[in-house]
Amino acid sequence: MLQMTLALSASACRSLLAGASYLVELAKAWRPAASSDSLLERAPVMLRDAVTGFLPEPWRWFANSLIAIVAILAVFGLLFAYLTLAERKILGRIQNRPGPNRTGWFGLLQPFADGVKALTKEDIVPANADRVLHFLAPVALVALSLLGFAVIPFGRQLVPIELNAAVLYFFAAGAATELAVFMAGWASHNKYSLLAAMRALAQLISYELPLLLSFVPVVMLAGTLSTTEIVAAQGGWKWGFIPHWYVLTPWGFAGFAIFMVAALAESNRSPFDLPEAESELIAGHLTEYSGFKYALFFMAEYFGMCALSGMAVTLFLGGWQAPLPFLEFIPSYAWFAAKLLALLLGFIWIRATFPRLRMDQLTRLAWKFLVPLALINLGTAAFWSLTHDWAGPLQLARWGVAAVLVVGPFVIMGRTLSAGVAPRKYRYA
Amino acid sequence: MIFVLTIIAFLTLATAAVALALRNLIHSALLLTVSWSGIAAFYLWAGAEFVAFAQILIYVGAISMVVLFAVLLTRRSRDDFAIAPESVGRAVSALIAGGAVLGVLFGAVVSTRLPDPPTSAPVVTVRRLGLQLMSPHAAALLVVGALLTVALLGAVVLAATARRDATEDAG
Repeated sequence: MLQMTLALSASACRSLLAGASYLVELAKAWRPAASSDSLLERAPVMLRDAVTGFLPEPWRWFANSLIAIVAILAVFGLLFAYLTLAERKILGRIQNRPGPNRTGWFGLLQPFADGVKALTKEDIVPANADRVLHFLAPVALVALSLLGFAVIPFGRQLVPIELNAAVLYFFAAGAATELAVFMAGWASHNKYSLLAAMRALAQLISYELPLLLSFVPVVMLAGTLSTTEIVAAQGGWKWGFIPHWYVLTPWGFAGFAIFMVAALAESNRSPFDLPEAESELIAGHLTEYSGFKYALFFMAEYFGMCALSGMAVTLFLGGWQAPLPFLEFIPSYAWFAAKLLALLLGFIWIRATFPRLRMDQLTRLAWKFLVPLALINLGTAAFWSLTHDWAGPLQLARWGVAAVLVVGPFVIMGRTLSAGVAPRKYRYA
Repeated sequence: MIFVLTIIAFLTLATAAVALALRNLIHSALLLTVSWSGIAAFYLWAGAEFVAFAQILIYVGAISMVVLFAVLLTRRSRDDFAIAPESVGRAVSALIAGGAVLGVLFGAVVSTRLPDPPTSAPVVTVRRLGLQLMSPHAAALLVVGALLTVALLGAVVLAATARRDATEDAG
Protein backbone atom coordinates (compact mmCIF):
# COMPACT_ATOMS: atom_id res chain seq x y z
CA MET A 1 0.00 0.00 0.00
CA LEU A 2 2.70 2.40 1.10
CA GLN A 3 4.85 1.37 -1.84
CA MET A 4 1.97 2.00 -4.21
CA THR A 5 1.33 5.51 -2.85
CA LEU A 6 5.05 6.18 -2.98
CA ALA A 7 5.23 5.01 -6.58
CA LEU A 8 2.14 7.02 -7.45
CA SER A 9 3.44 10.17 -5.81
CA ALA A 10 6.81 9.66 -7.48
CA SER A 11 5.19 9.39 -10.90
CA ALA A 12 2.98 12.40 -10.08
CA CYS A 13 6.09 14.35 -9.10
CA ARG A 14 7.81 13.31 -12.29
CA SER A 15 4.86 14.36 -14.46
CA LEU A 16 4.62 17.62 -12.51
CA LEU A 17 8.29 18.24 -13.10
CA ALA A 18 7.89 17.40 -16.76
CA GLY A 19 4.95 19.79 -16.94
CA ALA A 20 6.92 22.52 -15.23
CA SER A 21 9.92 22.11 -17.50
CA TYR A 22 7.53 22.16 -20.46
CA LEU A 23 6.06 25.45 -19.22
CA VAL A 24 9.56 26.86 -18.83
CA GLU A 25 10.36 25.83 -22.38
CA LEU A 26 7.16 27.47 -23.60
CA ALA A 27 8.07 30.67 -21.76
CA LYS A 28 11.52 30.54 -23.36
CA ALA A 29 9.98 29.95 -26.75
CA TRP A 30 7.90 33.11 -26.76
CA ARG A 31 10.50 35.46 -25.36
CA PRO A 32 12.79 35.88 -28.42
CA ALA A 33 9.89 36.51 -30.79
CA ALA A 34 8.39 39.12 -28.45
CA SER A 35 10.68 41.80 -29.79
CA SER A 36 9.21 41.62 -33.31
CA ASP A 37 5.54 40.72 -32.86
CA SER A 38 2.90 41.72 -30.35
CA LEU A 39 1.28 39.19 -28.03
CA LEU A 40 -2.02 39.24 -29.93
CA GLU A 41 -0.17 38.60 -33.19
CA ARG A 42 1.34 35.39 -31.87
CA ALA A 43 -1.67 34.28 -29.79
CA PRO A 44 -3.07 31.73 -32.29
CA VAL A 45 0.31 30.11 -32.93
CA MET A 46 1.13 30.06 -29.20
CA LEU A 47 -2.21 28.44 -28.47
CA ARG A 48 -1.52 25.79 -31.10
CA ASP A 49 1.98 25.14 -29.76
CA ALA A 50 0.63 24.84 -26.22
CA VAL A 51 -1.73 22.10 -27.40
CA THR A 52 0.70 20.19 -29.63
CA GLY A 53 3.95 21.01 -27.83
CA PHE A 54 4.01 17.82 -25.73
CA LEU A 55 3.89 15.60 -28.81
CA PRO A 56 7.11 14.10 -30.21
CA GLU A 57 8.53 15.92 -33.24
CA PRO A 58 7.24 13.69 -36.10
CA TRP A 59 3.68 13.83 -34.73
CA ARG A 60 3.70 17.56 -34.08
CA TRP A 61 3.59 18.36 -37.80
CA PHE A 62 0.58 16.07 -38.23
CA ALA A 63 -1.25 17.55 -35.23
CA ASN A 64 -0.51 21.10 -36.40
CA SER A 65 -2.01 20.32 -39.82
CA LEU A 66 -5.08 18.78 -38.20
CA ILE A 67 -5.56 21.85 -36.02
CA ALA A 68 -5.24 24.10 -39.07
CA ILE A 69 -7.91 22.05 -40.87
CA VAL A 70 -10.27 22.13 -37.88
CA ALA A 71 -9.73 25.88 -37.46
CA ILE A 72 -10.48 26.58 -41.14
CA LEU A 73 -13.60 24.39 -41.02
CA ALA A 74 -14.84 26.02 -37.82
CA VAL A 75 -14.11 29.63 -38.82
CA PHE A 76 -15.40 29.40 -42.38
CA GLY A 77 -18.32 27.16 -41.38
CA LEU A 78 -19.46 29.82 -38.92
CA LEU A 79 -18.72 32.56 -41.45
CA PHE A 80 -20.90 30.67 -43.97
CA ALA A 81 -23.73 30.42 -41.44
CA TYR A 82 -23.67 34.10 -40.55
CA LEU A 83 -22.99 35.20 -44.12
CA THR A 84 -26.35 33.70 -45.15
CA LEU A 85 -27.98 35.63 -42.31
CA ALA A 86 -26.12 38.86 -43.15
CA GLU A 87 -27.08 38.46 -46.79
CA ARG A 88 -30.76 38.02 -45.95
CA LYS A 89 -30.74 40.90 -43.49
CA ILE A 90 -28.90 43.29 -45.80
CA LEU A 91 -30.98 42.33 -48.86
CA GLY A 92 -34.05 42.87 -46.69
CA ARG A 93 -32.92 46.32 -45.54
CA ILE A 94 -32.06 47.33 -49.11
CA GLN A 95 -35.57 46.24 -50.17
CA ASN A 96 -37.12 48.11 -47.21
CA ARG A 97 -38.16 45.05 -45.17
CA PRO A 98 -36.65 43.75 -41.91
CA GLY A 99 -35.36 40.34 -43.05
CA PRO A 100 -35.41 37.30 -40.71
CA ASN A 101 -36.01 38.50 -37.14
CA ARG A 102 -38.10 35.80 -35.43
CA THR A 103 -35.38 33.34 -34.37
CA GLY A 104 -33.30 34.58 -31.46
CA TRP A 105 -32.30 38.23 -31.06
CA PHE A 106 -32.38 39.97 -34.46
CA GLY A 107 -32.67 36.52 -36.07
CA LEU A 108 -29.23 35.47 -34.80
CA LEU A 109 -30.28 31.82 -34.48
CA GLN A 110 -31.73 31.69 -38.01
CA PRO A 111 -28.73 29.86 -39.61
CA PHE A 112 -29.02 27.04 -37.08
CA ALA A 113 -32.77 26.75 -37.62
CA ASP A 114 -32.05 26.55 -41.37
CA GLY A 115 -29.43 23.88 -40.73
CA VAL A 116 -31.86 21.73 -38.73
CA LYS A 117 -34.46 22.21 -41.44
CA ALA A 118 -32.06 21.11 -44.20
CA LEU A 119 -30.95 18.08 -42.18
CA THR A 120 -34.46 16.84 -41.41
CA LYS A 121 -35.90 17.34 -44.89
CA GLU A 122 -36.56 14.29 -47.05
CA ASP A 123 -33.65 13.47 -49.35
CA ILE A 124 -35.18 12.69 -52.74
CA VAL A 125 -33.18 10.87 -55.44
CA PRO A 126 -34.91 10.48 -58.82
CA ALA A 127 -35.66 6.89 -59.79
CA ASN A 128 -33.60 7.05 -63.00
CA ALA A 129 -30.73 9.03 -61.50
CA ASP A 130 -27.16 7.80 -61.47
CA ARG A 131 -27.19 7.26 -57.70
CA VAL A 132 -23.43 7.23 -57.14
CA LEU A 133 -22.68 10.39 -59.12
CA HIS A 134 -25.82 12.06 -57.74
CA PHE A 135 -24.42 11.51 -54.25
CA LEU A 136 -20.79 12.32 -55.14
CA ALA A 137 -21.47 15.65 -56.85
CA PRO A 138 -22.26 17.81 -53.77
CA VAL A 139 -19.59 16.02 -51.71
CA ALA A 140 -16.91 16.62 -54.34
CA LEU A 141 -18.02 20.24 -54.76
CA VAL A 142 -17.72 21.07 -51.05
CA ALA A 143 -14.43 19.18 -50.71
CA LEU A 144 -12.86 20.90 -53.72
CA SER A 145 -14.09 24.35 -52.74
CA LEU A 146 -12.50 23.91 -49.30
CA LEU A 147 -9.09 23.04 -50.78
CA GLY A 148 -8.43 26.64 -51.80
CA PHE A 149 -8.25 27.85 -48.19
CA ALA A 150 -5.06 25.84 -47.64
CA VAL A 151 -2.72 28.37 -49.27
CA ILE A 152 -4.25 31.72 -48.23
CA PRO A 153 -2.09 33.59 -45.71
CA PHE A 154 -4.65 34.61 -43.08
CA GLY A 155 -2.05 36.41 -40.99
CA ARG A 156 1.67 37.05 -40.60
CA GLN A 157 2.10 33.59 -39.07
CA LEU A 158 -1.14 31.92 -40.14
CA VAL A 159 -0.45 30.10 -43.41
CA PRO A 160 -1.89 26.56 -43.44
CA ILE A 161 0.55 25.31 -46.13
CA GLU A 162 3.43 27.17 -47.74
CA LEU A 163 3.79 26.05 -51.34
CA ASN A 164 6.11 27.45 -54.01
CA ALA A 165 3.31 27.27 -56.58
CA ALA A 166 0.52 28.29 -54.17
CA VAL A 167 -1.40 30.51 -56.61
CA LEU A 168 -1.40 27.77 -59.23
CA TYR A 169 -2.60 25.27 -56.61
CA PHE A 170 -5.48 27.56 -55.67
CA PHE A 171 -6.76 27.89 -59.22
CA ALA A 172 -6.20 24.21 -60.01
CA ALA A 173 -8.43 23.32 -57.05
CA GLY A 174 -11.01 25.83 -58.27
CA ALA A 175 -10.98 24.48 -61.83
CA ALA A 176 -11.88 21.00 -60.61
CA THR A 177 -15.23 22.22 -59.23
CA GLU A 178 -16.56 22.42 -62.80
CA LEU A 179 -16.53 18.63 -62.91
CA ALA A 180 -18.77 18.46 -59.84
CA VAL A 181 -21.31 20.79 -61.49
CA PHE A 182 -21.35 18.59 -64.57
CA MET A 183 -21.75 15.47 -62.41
CA ALA A 184 -24.74 17.04 -60.64
CA GLY A 185 -26.45 17.97 -63.88
CA TRP A 186 -25.80 14.71 -65.69
CA ALA A 187 -26.53 12.34 -62.80
CA SER A 188 -29.96 13.89 -62.16
CA HIS A 189 -31.32 12.37 -65.40
CA ASN A 190 -33.36 15.48 -66.07
CA LYS A 191 -33.12 17.53 -69.26
CA TYR A 192 -33.37 20.84 -67.41
CA SER A 193 -30.55 19.80 -65.11
CA LEU A 194 -28.32 18.71 -67.99
CA LEU A 195 -29.05 21.84 -70.03
CA ALA A 196 -28.36 24.04 -67.03
CA ALA A 197 -25.18 22.17 -66.22
CA MET A 198 -23.92 22.76 -69.77
CA ARG A 199 -24.81 26.43 -69.42
CA ALA A 200 -23.06 26.59 -66.08
CA LEU A 201 -19.96 24.95 -67.59
CA ALA A 202 -19.97 27.41 -70.49
CA GLN A 203 -20.06 30.25 -67.97
CA LEU A 204 -17.41 28.77 -65.68
CA ILE A 205 -15.00 28.08 -68.56
CA SER A 206 -15.59 31.52 -70.10
CA TYR A 207 -14.80 33.33 -66.87
CA GLU A 208 -11.91 31.03 -65.92
CA LEU A 209 -9.88 32.76 -68.63
CA PRO A 210 -10.13 36.39 -67.40
CA LEU A 211 -9.77 35.12 -63.81
CA LEU A 212 -6.46 33.42 -64.63
CA LEU A 213 -5.22 36.23 -66.88
CA SER A 214 -5.99 38.94 -64.32
CA PHE A 215 -3.58 37.63 -61.69
CA VAL A 216 -0.70 36.93 -64.11
CA PRO A 217 0.54 40.58 -63.82
CA VAL A 218 0.78 40.12 -60.04
CA VAL A 219 2.91 36.98 -60.51
CA MET A 220 4.98 38.88 -63.09
CA LEU A 221 5.67 41.87 -60.84
CA ALA A 222 6.15 39.92 -57.62
CA GLY A 223 8.27 37.33 -59.44
CA THR A 224 6.81 34.43 -57.47
CA LEU A 225 3.82 32.11 -57.26
CA SER A 226 4.00 31.85 -53.46
CA THR A 227 1.18 33.66 -51.66
CA THR A 228 3.33 34.56 -48.64
CA GLU A 229 5.96 36.19 -50.84
CA ILE A 230 3.29 38.05 -52.84
CA VAL A 231 1.94 39.51 -49.58
CA ALA A 232 5.46 40.33 -48.41
CA ALA A 233 6.14 42.13 -51.72
CA GLN A 234 3.21 44.47 -50.95
CA GLY A 235 4.61 45.53 -47.56
CA GLY A 236 5.82 49.01 -46.70
CA TRP A 237 4.56 52.51 -47.44
CA LYS A 238 5.50 55.23 -49.90
CA TRP A 239 6.05 58.58 -48.12
CA GLY A 240 4.97 56.81 -44.94
CA PHE A 241 1.25 56.62 -45.70
CA ILE A 242 0.54 55.14 -49.18
CA PRO A 243 0.69 51.34 -48.94
CA HIS A 244 2.46 49.37 -51.69
CA TRP A 245 -0.67 47.34 -52.44
CA TYR A 246 -0.99 46.28 -56.05
CA VAL A 247 -4.53 47.65 -56.28
CA LEU A 248 -3.05 51.16 -56.03
CA THR A 249 -1.17 50.83 -59.34
CA PRO A 250 -2.91 51.23 -62.74
CA TRP A 251 -2.43 47.61 -63.81
CA GLY A 252 -3.27 46.38 -60.32
CA PHE A 253 -6.52 48.32 -60.26
CA ALA A 254 -7.56 46.95 -63.67
CA GLY A 255 -6.50 43.44 -62.63
CA PHE A 256 -8.47 43.71 -59.38
CA ALA A 257 -11.61 44.87 -61.22
CA ILE A 258 -11.37 42.04 -63.78
CA PHE A 259 -10.62 39.54 -61.02
CA MET A 260 -13.66 40.57 -58.99
CA VAL A 261 -16.04 40.44 -61.98
CA ALA A 262 -14.71 37.01 -62.93
CA ALA A 263 -14.89 35.90 -59.29
CA LEU A 264 -18.57 36.93 -59.18
CA ALA A 265 -19.20 34.77 -62.24
CA GLU A 266 -17.09 31.85 -60.99
CA SER A 267 -19.00 31.67 -57.72
CA ASN A 268 -22.38 31.84 -59.54
CA ARG A 269 -23.29 35.03 -57.75
CA SER A 270 -25.79 37.57 -59.00
CA PRO A 271 -25.67 39.20 -61.59
CA PHE A 272 -24.10 36.03 -63.04
CA ASP A 273 -26.41 33.53 -61.34
CA LEU A 274 -27.70 32.02 -64.59
CA PRO A 275 -26.73 28.46 -63.59
CA GLU A 276 -29.32 28.63 -60.82
CA ALA A 277 -31.83 30.64 -62.85
CA GLU A 278 -34.90 29.97 -60.74
CA SER A 279 -37.27 31.43 -63.31
CA GLU A 280 -35.95 29.80 -66.52
CA LEU A 281 -34.37 26.47 -65.68
CA ILE A 282 -36.09 25.76 -62.33
CA ALA A 283 -32.85 26.06 -60.34
CA GLY A 284 -30.72 24.44 -63.02
CA HIS A 285 -28.45 21.61 -61.96
CA LEU A 286 -29.97 21.82 -58.47
CA THR A 287 -33.48 20.82 -59.63
CA GLU A 288 -33.26 17.22 -58.42
CA TYR A 289 -31.50 18.00 -55.15
CA SER A 290 -33.25 18.47 -51.85
CA GLY A 291 -32.54 18.58 -48.16
CA PHE A 292 -28.95 18.54 -47.01
CA LYS A 293 -27.44 17.93 -50.46
CA TYR A 294 -29.08 21.16 -51.64
CA ALA A 295 -27.63 22.93 -48.61
CA LEU A 296 -24.20 21.50 -49.47
CA PHE A 297 -24.33 23.17 -52.89
CA PHE A 298 -24.95 26.51 -51.23
CA MET A 299 -22.23 25.85 -48.68
CA ALA A 300 -19.81 25.21 -51.58
CA GLU A 301 -20.95 28.43 -53.26
CA TYR A 302 -20.24 30.50 -50.16
CA PHE A 303 -16.93 28.72 -49.52
CA GLY A 304 -15.92 29.44 -53.12
CA MET A 305 -16.91 33.08 -52.68
CA CYS A 306 -14.90 33.37 -49.44
CA ALA A 307 -11.86 31.65 -50.97
CA LEU A 308 -11.88 33.85 -54.08
CA SER A 309 -12.31 36.99 -51.96
CA GLY A 310 -9.45 35.83 -49.75
CA MET A 311 -7.31 35.35 -52.86
CA ALA A 312 -8.27 38.82 -54.12
CA VAL A 313 -7.21 40.28 -50.75
CA THR A 314 -3.92 38.36 -50.94
CA LEU A 315 -3.10 39.25 -54.55
CA PHE A 316 -4.24 42.85 -54.78
CA LEU A 317 -5.19 44.31 -51.37
CA GLY A 318 -1.94 43.61 -49.55
CA GLY A 319 -3.09 40.47 -47.73
CA TRP A 320 -2.73 40.88 -43.98
CA GLN A 321 -0.75 44.15 -44.22
CA ALA A 322 -2.09 47.15 -42.30
CA PRO A 323 -3.09 50.16 -44.43
CA LEU A 324 -1.13 52.70 -42.31
CA PRO A 325 2.08 52.27 -40.27
CA PHE A 326 0.62 53.38 -36.92
CA LEU A 327 -2.22 50.84 -37.27
CA GLU A 328 0.21 47.92 -37.20
CA PHE A 329 -0.54 47.25 -33.52
CA ILE A 330 -3.80 45.64 -34.65
CA PRO A 331 -2.97 41.96 -35.37
CA SER A 332 -2.52 40.99 -39.01
CA TYR A 333 -5.34 38.44 -39.07
CA ALA A 334 -7.78 41.17 -37.99
CA TRP A 335 -6.76 43.22 -41.04
CA PHE A 336 -7.21 40.20 -43.27
CA ALA A 337 -10.66 39.55 -41.80
CA ALA A 338 -11.67 43.19 -42.22
CA LYS A 339 -10.66 43.22 -45.91
CA LEU A 340 -12.34 39.85 -46.52
CA LEU A 341 -15.60 41.00 -44.91
CA ALA A 342 -15.52 44.25 -46.90
CA LEU A 343 -15.26 42.30 -50.16
CA LEU A 344 -18.03 39.90 -49.10
CA LEU A 345 -20.32 42.82 -48.23
CA GLY A 346 -19.53 44.18 -51.69
CA PHE A 347 -20.71 40.87 -53.18
CA ILE A 348 -24.02 41.17 -51.28
CA TRP A 349 -24.46 44.81 -52.27
CA ILE A 350 -23.89 43.93 -55.94
CA ARG A 351 -26.49 41.16 -55.67
CA ALA A 352 -29.04 43.63 -54.35
CA THR A 353 -28.28 46.21 -57.05
CA PHE A 354 -27.80 44.63 -60.48
CA PRO A 355 -30.28 42.72 -62.66
CA ARG A 356 -29.26 39.31 -63.99
CA LEU A 357 -27.41 39.15 -67.33
CA ARG A 358 -28.79 37.28 -70.31
CA MET A 359 -26.79 34.28 -71.59
CA ASP A 360 -25.49 36.03 -74.74
CA GLN A 361 -24.58 39.16 -72.76
CA LEU A 362 -22.75 36.97 -70.26
CA THR A 363 -20.53 35.22 -72.80
CA ARG A 364 -19.99 38.42 -74.79
CA LEU A 365 -18.82 40.23 -71.66
CA ALA A 366 -16.28 37.46 -70.99
CA TRP A 367 -14.85 36.85 -74.46
CA LYS A 368 -15.12 40.27 -76.10
CA PHE A 369 -14.45 42.51 -73.12
CA LEU A 370 -12.76 40.93 -70.11
CA VAL A 371 -10.31 38.65 -71.96
CA PRO A 372 -8.95 41.42 -74.27
CA LEU A 373 -8.78 43.84 -71.33
CA ALA A 374 -6.85 41.27 -69.28
CA LEU A 375 -4.44 40.69 -72.18
CA ILE A 376 -3.87 44.44 -72.58
CA ASN A 377 -3.40 44.65 -68.82
CA LEU A 378 -0.58 42.12 -69.18
CA GLY A 379 1.14 44.59 -71.52
CA THR A 380 0.52 47.44 -69.07
CA ALA A 381 2.12 45.42 -66.29
CA ALA A 382 5.11 44.64 -68.54
CA PHE A 383 5.51 48.37 -69.22
CA TRP A 384 5.25 49.09 -65.48
CA SER A 385 7.87 46.46 -64.74
CA LEU A 386 10.29 47.71 -67.43
CA THR A 387 10.03 51.35 -66.27
CA HIS A 388 10.58 50.70 -62.56
CA ASP A 389 13.70 52.92 -62.51
CA TRP A 390 12.03 56.01 -63.99
CA ALA A 391 12.19 58.89 -61.51
CA GLY A 392 11.18 62.54 -61.18
CA PRO A 393 9.00 63.85 -64.04
CA LEU A 394 9.44 60.51 -65.84
CA GLN A 395 7.48 58.99 -62.95
CA LEU A 396 4.51 61.15 -63.98
CA ALA A 397 4.89 59.97 -67.59
CA ARG A 398 4.97 56.38 -66.33
CA TRP A 399 1.68 56.84 -64.47
CA GLY A 400 0.14 58.71 -67.41
CA VAL A 401 1.00 56.05 -70.01
CA ALA A 402 -0.16 53.22 -67.72
CA ALA A 403 -3.42 55.03 -66.92
CA VAL A 404 -4.11 55.60 -70.63
CA LEU A 405 -3.35 51.92 -71.33
CA VAL A 406 -5.93 50.96 -68.69
CA VAL A 407 -8.69 53.50 -69.30
CA GLY A 408 -8.44 53.82 -73.11
CA PRO A 409 -9.27 50.22 -74.09
CA PHE A 410 -11.92 50.10 -71.34
CA VAL A 411 -13.78 53.09 -72.77
CA ILE A 412 -13.37 52.12 -76.45
CA MET A 413 -14.34 48.47 -76.01
CA GLY A 414 -17.11 49.30 -73.56
CA ARG A 415 -18.71 51.67 -76.09
CA THR A 416 -18.58 49.16 -78.94
CA LEU A 417 -19.35 46.01 -76.94
CA SER A 418 -23.07 45.89 -77.72
CA ALA A 419 -22.92 47.57 -81.14
CA GLY A 420 -25.13 45.69 -83.61
CA VAL A 421 -26.56 43.25 -81.07
CA ALA A 422 -28.39 45.45 -78.60
CA PRO A 423 -31.06 46.52 -77.86
CA ARG A 424 -32.60 43.21 -78.84
CA LYS A 425 -36.13 42.81 -80.20
CA TYR A 426 -38.24 40.19 -78.44
CA ARG A 427 -40.44 38.50 -81.01
CA TYR A 428 -41.92 35.86 -78.73
CA ALA A 429 -42.22 37.78 -75.51
CA MET B 1 8.52 6.69 -50.70
CA ILE B 2 8.35 3.71 -53.06
CA PHE B 3 5.21 2.59 -51.19
CA VAL B 4 3.49 5.91 -51.99
CA LEU B 5 4.62 5.65 -55.62
CA THR B 6 3.12 2.16 -55.84
CA ILE B 7 -0.24 3.40 -54.57
CA ILE B 8 -0.21 6.33 -57.01
CA ALA B 9 0.75 4.10 -59.94
CA PHE B 10 -1.90 1.53 -59.02
CA LEU B 11 -4.65 4.19 -58.78
CA THR B 12 -3.61 5.80 -62.07
CA LEU B 13 -3.46 2.55 -64.00
CA ALA B 14 -6.52 0.97 -62.35
CA THR B 15 -8.81 3.94 -63.06
CA ALA B 16 -7.53 4.08 -66.65
CA ALA B 17 -8.18 0.35 -67.11
CA VAL B 18 -11.68 0.57 -65.62
CA ALA B 19 -12.38 3.61 -67.81
CA LEU B 20 -11.51 1.52 -70.87
CA ALA B 21 -13.73 -1.35 -69.76
CA LEU B 22 -16.84 0.68 -68.88
CA ARG B 23 -19.73 0.94 -71.35
CA ASN B 24 -20.94 4.28 -69.98
CA LEU B 25 -18.86 6.97 -71.73
CA ILE B 26 -19.54 9.63 -69.10
CA HIS B 27 -18.33 7.34 -66.32
CA SER B 28 -15.24 6.59 -68.42
CA ALA B 29 -14.52 10.30 -68.87
CA LEU B 30 -14.90 10.99 -65.15
CA LEU B 31 -12.63 8.06 -64.28
CA LEU B 32 -10.06 9.34 -66.79
CA THR B 33 -9.91 12.62 -64.85
CA VAL B 34 -9.10 10.59 -61.71
CA SER B 35 -6.34 8.91 -63.70
CA TRP B 36 -4.98 12.30 -64.81
CA SER B 37 -5.05 13.49 -61.20
CA GLY B 38 -2.98 10.39 -60.41
CA ILE B 39 -0.35 11.55 -62.90
CA ALA B 40 -0.40 14.96 -61.16
CA ALA B 41 0.11 13.15 -57.84
CA PHE B 42 3.13 11.43 -59.38
CA TYR B 43 4.61 14.81 -60.34
CA LEU B 44 4.00 16.02 -56.78
CA TRP B 45 5.72 12.88 -55.47
CA ALA B 46 8.68 13.68 -57.72
CA GLY B 47 8.84 17.24 -56.30
CA ALA B 48 7.65 19.08 -59.43
CA GLU B 49 4.96 21.27 -57.87
CA PHE B 50 4.50 23.58 -60.83
CA VAL B 51 4.02 20.76 -63.35
CA ALA B 52 1.65 18.92 -60.99
CA PHE B 53 -0.69 21.88 -60.51
CA ALA B 54 -0.47 22.80 -64.19
CA GLN B 55 -1.43 19.21 -64.99
CA ILE B 56 -4.52 19.46 -62.76
CA LEU B 57 -5.43 22.91 -64.07
CA ILE B 58 -5.19 21.81 -67.72
CA TYR B 59 -6.29 18.18 -67.64
CA VAL B 60 -8.89 18.13 -64.85
CA GLY B 61 -10.07 21.68 -65.52
CA ALA B 62 -10.02 21.92 -69.31
CA ILE B 63 -9.32 18.65 -71.17
CA SER B 64 -11.96 16.79 -69.15
CA MET B 65 -14.49 19.45 -70.19
CA VAL B 66 -13.49 19.04 -73.84
CA VAL B 67 -13.96 15.26 -73.53
CA LEU B 68 -17.35 15.59 -71.80
CA PHE B 69 -18.61 18.17 -74.30
CA ALA B 70 -17.40 15.98 -77.17
CA VAL B 71 -19.25 12.97 -75.76
CA LEU B 72 -22.47 14.90 -75.20
CA LEU B 73 -22.42 16.83 -78.47
CA THR B 74 -21.43 14.13 -80.94
CA ARG B 75 -23.17 10.96 -79.80
CA ARG B 76 -26.77 10.96 -80.99
CA SER B 77 -27.92 7.47 -80.09
CA ARG B 78 -26.63 4.23 -78.68
CA ASP B 79 -26.60 2.53 -82.10
CA ASP B 80 -24.84 5.35 -83.96
CA PHE B 81 -21.49 3.68 -84.72
CA ALA B 82 -19.35 4.26 -87.82
CA ILE B 83 -17.87 0.76 -87.46
CA ALA B 84 -19.97 -1.96 -85.83
CA PRO B 85 -18.81 -2.84 -82.29
CA GLU B 86 -17.28 -6.28 -81.69
CA SER B 87 -16.26 -6.61 -85.34
CA VAL B 88 -12.91 -7.57 -86.87
CA GLY B 89 -12.57 -4.16 -88.50
CA ARG B 90 -12.86 -2.40 -85.16
CA ALA B 91 -10.35 -4.72 -83.49
CA VAL B 92 -7.83 -4.28 -86.31
CA SER B 93 -8.13 -0.48 -86.37
CA ALA B 94 -7.83 -0.35 -82.58
CA LEU B 95 -4.69 -2.49 -82.70
CA ILE B 96 -3.15 -0.35 -85.47
CA ALA B 97 -3.92 2.96 -83.72
CA GLY B 98 -2.83 1.73 -80.29
CA GLY B 99 0.30 0.09 -81.68
CA ALA B 100 1.28 3.25 -83.55
CA VAL B 101 0.95 5.40 -80.42
CA LEU B 102 2.83 2.82 -78.35
CA GLY B 103 5.59 2.61 -80.95
CA VAL B 104 6.07 6.37 -81.15
CA LEU B 105 6.06 6.80 -77.35
CA PHE B 106 8.35 3.81 -76.77
CA GLY B 107 10.77 4.99 -79.43
CA ALA B 108 10.85 8.49 -77.93
CA VAL B 109 11.42 7.18 -74.40
CA VAL B 110 14.17 4.75 -75.44
CA SER B 111 16.02 7.17 -77.71
CA THR B 112 16.01 10.08 -75.21
CA ARG B 113 19.30 10.48 -73.39
CA LEU B 114 18.49 11.76 -69.89
CA PRO B 115 21.01 14.10 -68.27
CA ASP B 116 22.59 12.97 -65.00
CA PRO B 117 20.33 13.92 -62.08
CA PRO B 118 21.63 16.83 -60.00
CA THR B 119 22.80 15.91 -56.50
CA SER B 120 20.47 18.43 -54.84
CA ALA B 121 16.97 19.47 -55.87
CA PRO B 122 17.19 22.68 -57.93
CA VAL B 123 15.33 25.76 -56.67
CA VAL B 124 12.87 26.64 -59.43
CA THR B 125 11.79 30.28 -59.58
CA VAL B 126 8.96 31.51 -61.78
CA ARG B 127 11.44 33.60 -63.74
CA ARG B 128 13.65 30.60 -64.59
CA LEU B 129 10.58 28.55 -65.43
CA GLY B 130 9.32 31.24 -67.79
CA LEU B 131 12.70 31.59 -69.50
CA GLN B 132 12.94 27.80 -69.92
CA LEU B 133 9.43 27.59 -71.37
CA MET B 134 9.88 30.54 -73.70
CA SER B 135 13.35 29.83 -75.12
CA PRO B 136 14.39 26.13 -75.34
CA HIS B 137 10.87 24.71 -75.11
CA ALA B 138 9.04 27.41 -77.10
CA ALA B 139 8.39 25.02 -80.00
CA ALA B 140 6.69 22.46 -77.74
CA LEU B 141 4.59 25.21 -76.16
CA LEU B 142 3.48 26.46 -79.58
CA VAL B 143 2.64 22.95 -80.80
CA VAL B 144 0.52 22.31 -77.69
CA GLY B 145 -1.22 25.67 -78.15
CA ALA B 146 -1.99 24.92 -81.82
CA LEU B 147 -3.25 21.44 -80.90
CA LEU B 148 -5.66 22.80 -78.27
CA THR B 149 -6.88 25.50 -80.67
CA VAL B 150 -7.58 22.87 -83.33
CA ALA B 151 -9.45 20.77 -80.75
CA LEU B 152 -11.53 23.80 -79.79
CA LEU B 153 -12.34 24.61 -83.43
CA GLY B 154 -13.23 20.95 -84.04
CA ALA B 155 -15.65 21.04 -81.12
CA VAL B 156 -17.27 24.21 -82.48
CA VAL B 157 -17.63 22.64 -85.97
CA LEU B 158 -19.19 19.47 -84.56
CA ALA B 159 -21.60 21.44 -82.38
CA ALA B 160 -22.56 23.75 -85.25
CA THR B 161 -23.39 20.89 -87.66
CA ALA B 162 -25.43 19.16 -84.97
CA ARG B 163 -27.51 22.28 -84.52
CA ARG B 164 -28.17 22.64 -88.26
CA ASP B 165 -29.52 19.07 -88.35
CA ALA B 166 -31.82 19.86 -85.46
CA THR B 167 -33.31 22.95 -87.13
CA GLU B 168 -33.85 21.04 -90.38
CA ASP B 169 -35.72 18.37 -88.44
CA ALA B 170 -37.84 21.02 -86.78
CA GLY B 171 -38.60 22.74 -90.10
